Amino acid sequence: MPALDVRDIRKRYGSIVAVDGVSLSVNPGEMTGLLGPNGAGKTTTVSVICGLVRPDHGEVLIGGRHLQHDDDPVKRHIGLVPQDFALYEEMKAQDNLELFGALYGLAGKQLQDAIHRCLDLVGLSDRRNDLVSTFSGGMKRRLNLAAALVHDPDLLLLDEPTVGVDPQSRNAIFENLEGLKRAGKALVYTTHYMEEAERLCDRIVIIDHGKLIASDSTQNLFRLLPSANVLALELEHLPEQNGWRALSEVPGVKSVELRGTELFLGLTDLSEAAPGVLAWLAEHGIRYHHVSSERASLETVFLSLTGRSLRD
Amino acid sequence: MNTYAFFALVRKDLRLFFTDKRSLMMSFAAPIAIASFFGFVLGGPTDRKASRIPVWIVDQDQSGLSKKITDQLANDSGLELRSGDLALARAEVQSGKARVAVIISSGFGERAGRAMFGAGEKPALELLYDPSRSPEAQMVKGILTGAIMQQVGKEVFGGETGRVFLDDSKKWIDQATLPEQDKSILRDLFRSVERWNQRTDTAGAAQPGPAAMQTPYDLKEEAVAAPGVKYNSFAHSFTGMGVQFILFMGIEAGVSILLQRQRGLWKRLRAAPISRATLLGSRSLSAAICALIILAVLFSFAWLVFDVRVEGSFAGFIGVALAFALMTSSFGLLIASFGKTPEATRPLAIFATLVMVMLGGSWVPSFLFPEWLQKATLAVPTRWAVDGLNGMTWRGLGLDQAIMPMIMLAGFSLLFGAIAIRRFRWEVD
Repeated sequence: MPALDVRDIRKRYGSIVAVDGVSLSVNPGEMTGLLGPNGAGKTTTVSVICGLVRPDHGEVLIGGRHLQHDDDPVKRHIGLVPQDFALYEEMKAQDNLELFGALYGLAGKQLQDAIHRCLDLVGLSDRRNDLVSTFSGGMKRRLNLAAALVHDPDLLLLDEPTVGVDPQSRNAIFENLEGLKRAGKALVYTTHYMEEAERLCDRIVIIDHGKLIASDSTQNLFRLLPSANVLALELEHLPEQNGWRALSEVPGVKSVELRGTELFLGLTDLSEAAPGVLAWLAEHGIRYHHVSSERASLETVFLSLTGRSLRD
Repeated sequence: MNTYAFFALVRKDLRLFFTDKRSLMMSFAAPIAIASFFGFVLGGPTDRKASRIPVWIVDQDQSGLSKKITDQLANDSGLELRSGDLALARAEVQSGKARVAVIISSGFGERAGRAMFGAGEKPALELLYDPSRSPEAQMVKGILTGAIMQQVGKEVFGGETGRVFLDDSKKWIDQATLPEQDKSILRDLFRSVERWNQRTDTAGAAQPGPAAMQTPYDLKEEAVAAPGVKYNSFAHSFTGMGVQFILFMGIEAGVSILLQRQRGLWKRLRAAPISRATLLGSRSLSAAICALIILAVLFSFAWLVFDVRVEGSFAGFIGVALAFALMTSSFGLLIASFGKTPEATRPLAIFATLVMVMLGGSWVPSFLFPEWLQKATLAVPTRWAVDGLNGMTWRGLGLDQAIMPMIMLAGFSLLFGAIAIRRFRWEVD
């Protein structure tokens, strides 16, 4: 049973359509990236999932159960990491976690153990008695994550959890998330940083203007591109005439371009097409002294699917 | 209801309140300082000597009557009399050192007695006053009128000058163009006065008595409260400032919800499995607790330093304080339900609160308002809070007099709470 099952949700604010028929499903131990530019409807989708916004249409199932009302115990299965630092900066880290744990009914030793576990996980145990206002941006992000984990949810919703974070803290957060995935948590990771989604997510859901554009594994999304990889060869000398153009007939080659002495080949699948390309070059006596390959990014996928850049 | 969550939220609000230096300053130090100041300005403790109004007198007449008037004014406990010439008196009033200058013009003594019977031109009496202190000028005017009436009356009905006035007046009446019947009545009056004067001359010192016209009463002054209770102006000032600054705390309680929205905290709170009643109820309870703590600290200070006591029903005082604390918390929710952003909401809420505390009598007691305004302010919750707390402190009233303020404040709490819940934006932005 999926930890999260979102079915055709729609939400309008007046004349503005925020979400228009988004569906997605996340299994335990899986991380799904919810991608789209700013204003695409990612945050509204997350708000609908955790019951903050009532959808005009569609349904959300958490572990197979509908979320009925504000104090529905189903909410205990959800952990939300909001985009903002949703922390009381005038309070200590420990006090913040005590509060958020109590909101989910934790108390006494159970609460203290949970706080200990979460602070350990995010590497802030030694700062537990410090005011949050004294924390760096990266530390606040990590505590923001800990606050969502204190009640040990099955489903974690992360809304742009690395905005404004230094590389060191970002890597620490990534390691935390990979650990949670291994521990069987289902994660929904909302971001417009494609490289983060590529690194972390098993599945990608792309939305734009509230509509679902694509939903598949990262691998399969790349296959939607005419060229998922580019193979670049630095030739020893310019080939005679235009015989090199025949490379486009090699299986898996989608495009061929010569710039000076560099040959660029667009391939649908590197492992399938590269051997054929190299064999063709050897057969036609075209020698090269350097080969490199570059994979297309999710940015390219988004561009290909929507005709515009993610950061537009 | 998730009680862990409820009390965790209450604890969180109290912790935030007591760790915020600005809120502590606004809730405790500011009202104590301002209430102490107002208490001193408005009279201080009842056993303190009232400040006297500085008055200059310019006696250009130098008659017996003008000297007697001056002496009487000098003996008045409300005035601090100094004399000098006109230029000096005018300069003193202009500079604000004196509130009023009284100029008794030349010929005043001679003409005042005749004028009393309508004979001859009235003498002029000039009053120079500081326009910024007109209430004090009115007080001086009253004291001056009393002194002149008394001294002129004495002269007319007993003094040598009075006999001259009577002779002159009898001559004047023969020439006056009055109806014969009126002339006859006035002649009878003058003859009676003459007989009175002859009788008092004969009786002399052997028969002491009212030898002249006097004020027909002896004025006894007493600040009226409950039996044995002395008015302490600090009681009112601490009530007024307490009400004002507790409402300011209520504003902050409401604005804190808007701040939580702005900082994404509201989203996290709403994502938790807690009811709307838990969320708003905890905020209300914490605001009410803060209000009670502020009131307790202010009145403890007023008791220790200025001897302000709950002279009436202590249960009534607690009841009014509780009802006002509840009203404050629902007022905070009302602000949170109408406000969009903290920045836009706070100034408007402060303005509304200042109007409310002004109309409620926090600054100036409501009995000083015009009658229509006194009636109108019954629709303002602060009026009931101020009247209720004043009633239980310096007025020394019983529990029965606290019932109505308690009911009204509870009613306002329900009204504000109902509007707030109806208008509250539950969906996150």
